[in-house]
Amino acid sequence: MKILVALKRVADPDNANKVKIPASGEKIDTTGLEWKPNPFDEYALEAALRLTENGTQPKVRAGEVVVVTFGPKETETTLRAALATGADRAIRVDASDDKLDGDLVARALKALVEKEKPDVVLMGKQAVDGDSNQVGQILAELLDWPMATFAATIREEAGALLVGREVDGGVSTLRVKLPAVVTVDLRIVAPTSVYSTKTPSTHKYNDGVRFAALPAIMAAKKKPLVEVKLADLAPDQALKVSYHGFAAPPARKAGIKVKDVSELVSKLKNEAKVL
Amino acid sequence: MTSLPSLHETPEHARLRDEIRRFARREIAPFAHAWEEANEFPRELYEKAARAGMLGVGYPEAYGGSGGDLSHMIAATEELIVGGTSVGTAVGLGSHAIALPPILNFGTEEQKKRFLPPVLAGEKIAALAITEPGGGSDVASLQTRAVKDGDHYVVTGAKTFITSGCRADFVTTAVRTGGEGHGGISLLVIERGTPGFSVGKKLAKMGWWASDTAELVFDGCRVPRENLIGEENTGFIPIMTNFAVERLLLAGNCVAIASLAYDEAVRYARERRAFGKPIMGFQVLRHKLADMATRIAAARALMNDVIARHLRGDMVTGLAAMAKNTATDACSFVCDEAVQIFGGHGYMRETLVERLYRDARLYPIGGGTRGIMNEIICKTEGY
Ligand SMILES: Cc1cc2nc3c(=O)[nH]c(=O)nc-3n(C[C@H](O)[C@H](O)[C@H](O)COP(=O)(O)OP(=O)(O)OC[C@H]3O[C@@H](n4cnc5c(N)ncnc54)[C@H](O)[C@@H]3O)c2cc1C
Repeated sequence: MKILVALKRVADPDNANKVKIPASGEKIDTTGLEWKPNPFDEYALEAALRLTENGTQPKVRAGEVVVVTFGPKETETTLRAALATGADRAIRVDASDDKLDGDLVARALKALVEKEKPDVVLMGKQAVDGDSNQVGQILAELLDWPMATFAATIREEAGALLVGREVDGGVSTLRVKLPAVVTVDLRIVAPTSVYSTKTPSTHKYNDGVRFAALPAIMAAKKKPLVEVKLADLAPDQALKVSYHGFAAPPARKAGIKVKDVSELVSKLKNEAKVL
Repeated sequence: MTSLPSLHETPEHARLRDEIRRFARREIAPFAHAWEEANEFPRELYEKAARAGMLGVGYPEAYGGSGGDLSHMIAATEELIVGGTSVGTAVGLGSHAIALPPILNFGTEEQKKRFLPPVLAGEKIAALAITEPGGGSDVASLQTRAVKDGDHYVVTGAKTFITSGCRADFVTTAVRTGGEGHGGISLLVIERGTPGFSVGKKLAKMGWWASDTAELVFDGCRVPRENLIGEENTGFIPIMTNFAVERLLLAGNCVAIASLAYDEAVRYARERRAFGKPIMGFQVLRHKLADMATRIAAARALMNDVIARHLRGDMVTGLAAMAKNTATDACSFVCDEAVQIFGGHGYMRETLVERLYRDARLYPIGGGTRGIMNEIICKTEGY
């Protein structure tokens, strides 16, 4: 199985207080921000690695995972990290962060998919910076491929994936024929969430995204990483989304202490009016 | 600012730091306070850390290690402390960093194959035992005797203050095989379960609570001669070589602890209000923080300089002692000031800086006291 995983770097959510908005409100000031891979994309990578191995022998690859990101040269750090975690190859589409929107990324990804011919495109359900939650869906539409969003579990079958999605009141299970686009939710990295046809169903993974040990970090330096021009994938670089202004959320007011449950209930009812 | 890594670090160091921090935040930080209060962390953590590739940092892949050198070890330990916030856990997990190098650098191929891989896989715990109830600074006059008897040594004596001693599966032990002085010392690997080897007691201490510290007793303990590291009566050199690296590792601990205490203090100074404004609003307090940051930056700079020299093959005996003293001084100063900035809360057991303050007190004592570091500096300076 060959899987294409789309990765995006985002401002480190742990340092959200470093995000600054100039008085003009026209953009977000990104100077001094630390970058991290979007967590949902890391989960997609973990799921892709699980689908291309026998979980009992994770050092032997049984498939190919290609990671792609859009951005300037520095975003190769994100790709090298993914290669250290276990991806086989990486592609950086050279682009400037503020000249992209979900539609353009999806169109460029479509061209890349046509070149790479993966069996599955795996991505995070959304990026935690813009929270747009669009690229996977647009891409599936452009490719006219089956799609499963917010995957919490994936089980590989012959020529298909069985995808469990957590929905209000239960789990809905979809069988998507390959090739397909799948976006993942955070539970995809639980110990029993993903099974390739090679991994025995009794196998339990460690919870979360695997750790890259130093030998893998060193080996990642030598794995292939190529640069592709955005114009070669998407000749038309017009954006559909334009931003009209940014504002910081209002500062939180101090809370109050209640003395017992009945006071809490009465405040929720009469003041907050949520009951 | 205080956590700016050194200029000799590569992008691979940065990636290693990311991975270890992620591990420490997930597997240690949520339990840090509980483990410290319980005076113990779960044994499974060794295996988890090994699976994440952490225990092997600095050891050759041929013996189950992850490769890398001292700079990687120091970077990894710093992230383990800063991300995990439990110094006791970090030093307990890391006790092999002083127990294995004598075997790696002076042992036979057979000894390396036998002792290293299980420790780096997290299956066995290793400790180093030099210090004795009668004294630690004066290594050359240690008293534990090993007398040859056929193909065994019969060991009699006691060791104390041994990190991970209670749970260790084997202990790299300094013993006297010859006459008085440093020419009569050898290193023996003594395995748990060897008749005559027992843990006297688990010692209660000021800091480093999550790490166990033991008194070990050898009473006619029969150790096979194949467990001798290097030639008989040549143990002093591996012990001293080990010390230079241990001192840099301890300096690394200090820089990490101080950075953590400093970050806590900065955060608290922004939150805590007095006389109608955040205490950060008082210049006196900001200057305190500025002094703390400066001391950490200086300790870090010297440590990194000495690491770089060590890695290119220079003898750094004196410099390593200076780096240790600079770092322990910085750490003690910073933790003390951090407690002060926290006021009454700084004296309370649930506050991180209270614990770091206690942990910090070990460093001018362990791995060679501040005074002994000065003795070494005097020697290398030639007076
Ligand atoms: C938590 C903890 C963990 C430890 N872990 C280990 C371990 O894993 N393995 C191990 O072998 N040891 C370990 N130690 C022991 C540690 O290395 C010793 O405590 C240290 O070397 C000092 O030895 P001592 O305690 O016997 O002090 P002493 O040697 O009795 O020294 C007492 C005082 O006299 C001073 N002094 C001694 N000689 C001189 C001199 N010539 N000039 C000036 N001043 C001098 C010292 O600086 C010190 O202030 C640990 C200690 C602690 C507290």
